[in-house]
Amino acid sequence: MLSFWHICSNCPGLTVKASRESLGITEQHKNKNNKLERVAETDDRSELFEDMKQRFLDFKKHKYMGNLEHYQNLAKGQAPKFMVISCADSRVCPSTILGFQPGEAFIVRNIANLVPPLESGPSETNAALEFSVNFLKIENILVVGHSCCGGIRALMGMDDEVDKSSFIQNWVVVGKDARSWTKAAASKLSFDQQCTHCEKESINRSLLNLLTYPWIEEKVKKGVLAVHGGYYDFVECTFEKWTLDYKEDNLKEKHGRISVKNHLFWR
Amino acid sequence: MASQLAIQRLKNLLSEKEELDNVVAAKIEKLTAELQRPDDHFDPVQRIVDGFINFRINKFEKYPDYYNELAKGQNPKFLVFACSDSRVSPSHILSFQPGEAFMVRNIANMVPAFNQLKYAGVGAVIEYAITVLGVTNILVIGHSHCGGIKRLMTHPEDNSVPFDFIDEWVKIGLPAKAKVIAKEGDADIEEQCEDCAREAVNLSLVNLQSYPYVQKALSDKNLALRGGYYDFIHGVLELWEVGSHISPPIIVPTP
Repeated sequence: MLSFWHICSNCPGLTVKASRESLGITEQHKNKNNKLERVAETDDRSELFEDMKQRFLDFKKHKYMGNLEHYQNLAKGQAPKFMVISCADSRVCPSTILGFQPGEAFIVRNIANLVPPLESGPSETNAALEFSVNFLKIENILVVGHSCCGGIRALMGMDDEVDKSSFIQNWVVVGKDARSWTKAAASKLSFDQQCTHCEKESINRSLLNLLTYPWIEEKVKKGVLAVHGGYYDFVECTFEKWTLDYKEDNLKEKHGRISVKNHLFWR
Repeated sequence: MASQLAIQRLKNLLSEKEELDNVVAAKIEKLTAELQRPDDHFDPVQRIVDGFINFRINKFEKYPDYYNELAKGQNPKFLVFACSDSRVSPSHILSFQPGEAFMVRNIANMVPAFNQLKYAGVGAVIEYAITVLGVTNILVIGHSHCGGIKRLMTHPEDNSVPFDFIDEWVKIGLPAKAKVIAKEGDADIEEQCEDCAREAVNLSLVNLQSYPYVQKALSDKNLALRGGYYDFIHGVLELWEVGSHISPPIIVPTP
């Protein structure tokens, strides 16, 4: 695979040129302004319904009917190999950027792809972890962060005292350790650069938080569950990926650095 | 493995080139099926590499203007709540492209009622989507054979079985369960589960309206709420909209 990529980058003949045809979606983006669009007229709404119907029918024709046996098997049960925790950001869907096909990945999406630790109590994220690890018996957990994350930006910009009336602050405060580390280690950098550091550090904190769940730690220790971090930079279109190298002393010190292996970077 | 990339490219070829004749299409199907025989050794890292490279070649580099605009900021029209189930990604079934949908995925696509202490995660999404991104449509989409719904429907309520994290979460759907049992408690459990999945979507749509940002956007006519149900056994999608109607006033004359 690496050699294939090498060939791609060295052979200009293989570079794909930007399409000259207008993609319906690109057209929409060019025409929009950044102001709130008012869905006041009924016409817009029935158009949206019609659009969704068309998309579903395209999916049904080109994917579902084309792979009917596969979909019928999937209907009986799923056995995904991945559990992915990613941000709700519209630009970073794991099905798109990592090409996960139906059946491959159990996906949780929340603001800033955060994993709260065990002591923060029940939440949708740990409910999903319990289901995927204990029932679906997935073998890999992948926490994917990304560039220009609004949630991390909110975390970095907030005061130490959480504004109780803000849901966003009440949620992103889960990442406060990543913020403290970033402010200490990267204080001389600009706010934007600090946010980038925090985006990556928060992934590592989430990986550590995964290990606060005993049923996860036990499986990682036995080698039947691997925990990975990933970072998608959509400005440069690069992907960085690393795997947690489990050592018991990762957990001893709250601010301990985690040990990783197989750190890869694709551009 | 390189086979994963090959499978993806063959599938793309099949879906993009409608005019391929049946013979060629059949050959591609056969090749894809052969390549899909389970590997003895599944390499998760390689799978991620292949997926990303495929995305980069077939999407990112094909539409650079589009992706450059997106890098500056997102302006999605939709906030979507979908189940974490690996079979129901809205990016597949509704072809949501990057930039189109702010998406939450959780067990059984639940939206709990407004509660700042307990449900900060969901609240944060709704707050961000409406007040920062200005989404104009919320879609909650349920599906057939949902493990979370089944858990809800089959978990005894007499405290004989302890509650795990999953149960703590799916119990948001208890009103939907109660409704289904009242309506059709004699039906078989499979049918009850499928009805509960639809009722839970409606419950989530009601719960959405307990958030002040949603209330304001609805009254300003800036927001539409829709429910959906994807039946992957039969390949069918149901879609419906929440409507509200304020009748003209009746004027009671002074005596």
